[in-house]
Amino acid sequence: MTAPTAAEAAPPPAARAAAARSPWVSFLLRRLAGLVAVLVTLVVGTFLIVQLIPGDPARTIAGSNATPERIEQLRTQLGLDQPLWTQFTDYAGGVLRGDLGTSFANGQPVTQIIGDRLPFTAELALIAIVLVLLVSVPFGMAVAVACRGGRRRPLDTGFSAVTALAGAIPEYVLGTVLVLAFAITFKVFPAAGAASLGALVLPVLAISVGPICTMARIVRRETAAVLEQDYLRTARGRRLRAVRLYARHALPNLMTSTLTLGGLILSGLLGGTVVVEIVFAWPGLGTAVVNAITSRDYPVIQGVVLVLGLLATLLNLLVDIVLGLLDPRTLNGKAGSA
Amino acid sequence: MTRPTPRRLWTPTLIAGLAGMAALIVLAVVAPWIWGDRADQLTQQVHRSASGDHWFGTDALGRDVFARTMVATRLTLVTSLGATAVAAAGGIALGAAIWVSGPRVRELGQRLIDVLISYPSVIFALVVVAVLGPGPGTSVAAIGLASCPAFARLTTNLAASIAGRDFVSTARLLGVSPLRLLRRHILPNIAEPLLVLVSVAFTVSLKALSGLSFLGLGAQPPSYDWGRLLSTGLEGLYTNPAPALGPAAAIVLAGLAGGLVGDGLAAAANPAAPRPRGRRAKIESVLTSRAPAPEALVEVGGLSVRRADGTRLVEDVSFQIRPGEIVGLVGESGSGKSLTAMALARLLPEGLEPEAATLRVDDLDLTGAADRARTATEIGIVYQDPSASFNPTLRLGGQLTEALRVHQGVRRGEANRRAIQRLKAARVSLPERRMRQHPHELSGGMRQRAMIASALLTGPRLIIADEPTTALDVTVQAEVLRSLQAANSGEGTAILLISHDVAVISSMCDRVLVMYAGRLVEELPVADLRAGNARHPYTRALLAATPTLHGPVDEPLPAIHGRPPQPAERPSGCAFAPRCPLAREQCREERPVLLKTGPGGAAACHALAWSAETAGSTQ
Amino acid sequence: MTEPILSVQRLNVVFGRQHVLRDVSVDLPAGRTLGLVGESGSGKSTLAKAVVGLVRPASGRILLDGHDVSPKARRRVQMIPQDPYASLNPRMTVGQALAEAVDPRRGSVREHRQRVGELLGMVALDASAADRYPSEFSGGQRQRVAIARALAVKPDLIIADEVTSALDTSVQAEVLNVLRSLRAELSLTMLFISHDLAVVRHVCDRVAVLYRGEIVENTSRERLFARPEHDYTRLLLDSVPDGRPFVADRTDR
Repeated sequence: MTAPTAAEAAPPPAARAAAARSPWVSFLLRRLAGLVAVLVTLVVGTFLIVQLIPGDPARTIAGSNATPERIEQLRTQLGLDQPLWTQFTDYAGGVLRGDLGTSFANGQPVTQIIGDRLPFTAELALIAIVLVLLVSVPFGMAVAVACRGGRRRPLDTGFSAVTALAGAIPEYVLGTVLVLAFAITFKVFPAAGAASLGALVLPVLAISVGPICTMARIVRRETAAVLEQDYLRTARGRRLRAVRLYARHALPNLMTSTLTLGGLILSGLLGGTVVVEIVFAWPGLGTAVVNAITSRDYPVIQGVVLVLGLLATLLNLLVDIVLGLLDPRTLNGKAGSA
Repeated sequence: MTRPTPRRLWTPTLIAGLAGMAALIVLAVVAPWIWGDRADQLTQQVHRSASGDHWFGTDALGRDVFARTMVATRLTLVTSLGATAVAAAGGIALGAAIWVSGPRVRELGQRLIDVLISYPSVIFALVVVAVLGPGPGTSVAAIGLASCPAFARLTTNLAASIAGRDFVSTARLLGVSPLRLLRRHILPNIAEPLLVLVSVAFTVSLKALSGLSFLGLGAQPPSYDWGRLLSTGLEGLYTNPAPALGPAAAIVLAGLAGGLVGDGLAAAANPAAPRPRGRRAKIESVLTSRAPAPEALVEVGGLSVRRADGTRLVEDVSFQIRPGEIVGLVGESGSGKSLTAMALARLLPEGLEPEAATLRVDDLDLTGAADRARTATEIGIVYQDPSASFNPTLRLGGQLTEALRVHQGVRRGEANRRAIQRLKAARVSLPERRMRQHPHELSGGMRQRAMIASALLTGPRLIIADEPTTALDVTVQAEVLRSLQAANSGEGTAILLISHDVAVISSMCDRVLVMYAGRLVEELPVADLRAGNARHPYTRALLAATPTLHGPVDEPLPAIHGRPPQPAERPSGCAFAPRCPLAREQCREERPVLLKTGPGGAAACHALAWSAETAGSTQ
Repeated sequence: MTEPILSVQRLNVVFGRQHVLRDVSVDLPAGRTLGLVGESGSGKSTLAKAVVGLVRPASGRILLDGHDVSPKARRRVQMIPQDPYASLNPRMTVGQALAEAVDPRRGSVREHRQRVGELLGMVALDASAADRYPSEFSGGQRQRVAIARALAVKPDLIIADEVTSALDTSVQAEVLNVLRSLRAELSLTMLFISHDLAVVRHVCDRVAVLYRGEIVENTSRERLFARPEHDYTRLLLDSVPDGRPFVADRTDR
């Protein structure tokens, strides 16, 4: 038995293993595997959409007035007369080749429809996300720092009240009100369509205000928690100026817990985008999928759901990468966000 | 029978939220009776705007929108509660099922739930509607299912955290049946977070269901809920906004009520908010008659630490530290030793105010606005918990050299070089590598030695070490204490060492200060402490109760019965009197002051005067 | 010679890739207290959990009174955990917790009031404590309740896992005294785990030292403290601050 030294001569085993191989490599490998798993789930899930329709899918799709010939035609067209496994392989094969089928409504290839509309949706969603982060983080932090230790109670209460109220307003309601106020009453921005750059303003606002408020509350809470931590006291002991103290020592830590919780909100933004598109007649995926549901245009539904799912997953991956950059401990954690 | 610790459950937030919910429920029940007929009544007054007769105007068929909004409460509420129930029941069941299954199922299940959660729930709901066709039942199922993963994940996390708690494993060991375990031990302790999620889910469901109806996919004509009314009203928005704004306001207010309930419950579960404090004051100078000692390096005179409500956690503590001296501050929890040290370091937590007649290190006056750079560089601090005292997201090197770079203007390269040198001197292995690592990659002892190295980098006159080895193994502790001692003998840095461990104090220090219940009760040279020559009954009792490697083991350790008083209940007399074998009436009424007992010693105990009297009277 | 109450034979415990306990063998005769000493990472808590059945060994045997440890034998070994703030259900009164220990199926305080009162007395707590919630007690008092609960089932073996590590010195003394007197009155067989050698010295008659999952020394208390044989034991003993100065040149200050 080797001569014992102080028990802590070597760093703990986990740290040794991590130091040996860059944690980013294993993290990215795991997430890649996760991405593939999600893709498989999405393909299977969207495939099942048609299969799970109660009753006879062909009849439901054709509508109540359809002739039996039409129903049979639809059945063959959808491949519903084939065995289940064949249907699946056809579908999955198509997805992998980039062929998502053809729309019932207008005969266009679904891929083209999505290709035309995706940029509009992505535009809204991405601008909204950036806006949410840029506004809610400084806002929440400022309130937390200003109100720490029970200071300025009125500000704290006011903040909670305003964010609660504004956060309770659904996007479609806010969109409606914004249209009324700025497009109809004060004709500042267009009420519908994506014609100009100015047309972006109202929809983005409608999508963002709720999440800004919710995120600001989370940021405020997490900042308050970070301010109580021992390492903040150590940093205070170095008598740094306030800006440096909070920006360098509080911000990275609070972003970790904020993004962990807020990641959900950010991917929920996609859902909000979908609904707001209807209010503003925005030519994105949202209007496409809602119209498709009403007209039972299943290939479009399947295609859009698939693409939106991929988008949401990529968004989560992005959040986790940012998290990993901020706090390397999260890299060794579970594959999904905490 | 007393209840578990009462917290402030009934905050205005919660009350307001519950009142709102109650109003909604009442409305849902009675509205169809009151307004039912009016809601369906077709009139000639189509598309009217808001007026005295029709508060929300009328719709395309001349029906009163206000009445319709009131009546729609029922369907909206029923569907929202339904979706919440589906989400809660389904999610909790799923979460519980995953958790009680084997570890592999658990792992898989949790990954699956993570994937499901990250999928936007609105879109998921749209998919369900796409499969089952539009309608209120479908939308309830859709939204309910979409919110299941959140409940499942919370349940799994809660179950895991509770199951790991000691009282649960102990109950299992006792042979408590799983059902009773669930009922008595697990559920009562996870109810609160679940309730919070239920109220959040209600708010979310309300908004989402209204959204689906707004899209035309929820309530189908002739039934209508708020979302449907909003969608109808939207069509006439340009000319007549009232029929849209009315239902919109209803949705927002109902969502607000639900949100307030959730906030109120969440706040009750985490009672963290400190009490309101007054204006932040500088350290108030207090007049005291203690003689100043200019040759001391550190002088603390009449230091008290007050809570916002006026209770003094540390009362009138005075001591000095000579240059190059190691002074120990010993006491048990609640004695105020850490607060005293932190008050000297000007690092008290929020809500605590220091006041002192004198507070200085060298010529640096710490009452008032002390010079920032000098405070940072002349006082070095070593904190108790090495796992929490370094910022986990920043690399070690930057943290170690920060004070040096910011306050002494040393360039990064040079600062790093000096830090590495210090780390080497503290016998930290691979110092260059450590600088680039994150704190969690080092062991506890190494972190603590890095902390000491960091404190020494700026060449401080005084190091304040607050329980620096309490969290460490005994062999590691020995190394860290040697590091501290090397700092003292090598650089002549004075040290204020705080510890509850009498053995550590007597091995390291030149002089010892003993604190009890916020007061300084004895000062003595370490030789006296080692010999057991303490004069204060508390110090003697503490020494007697401490097990050692060489003392007798045949007798039980003489324990001190009772507990120290809570800060708010400290008596005006001697705080130790209730537990003291020598206590007399005088002790309960009159507070003892520190009296000299010999060279370098002093104790605050009336018994000293009695023995002096007896000694005097027998002469 | 009678069978030892606890016999651990060549126990190996592996967590993932970590070999936490290696070939650990230790015996505990009836009525004796064995101290298990080690630093963090030594595996002492894992050993306790293995004996109690909370952790499954990779190989080796654990015999309780001659028989392998089985789920049915759960109540014959009781553990007192370290954290006095986590060991009691905050939503049950002390009386309810003790009544549940006495009778896990029908833990009603009324039915078992007398036994509960007895148990509280054994740990020097007043019978009125039965109606109070854990939050109303100090750390030391909660530990005593935890001890009473462990005794309630009249176990063959009690494992005390760092029971005084979270306590102040004066409170620790009370708890240690309770353990000593119980040991004398009830002839308790106890496995006492601690990192604090001075405490172990006051409570145990035999001491085993664990280093990185292996037992490096297992001997009587007198021998361990007076004539330690293994290097690690000597290192431990040298590291304990015992009031003597660390560094020679401070002796005359």
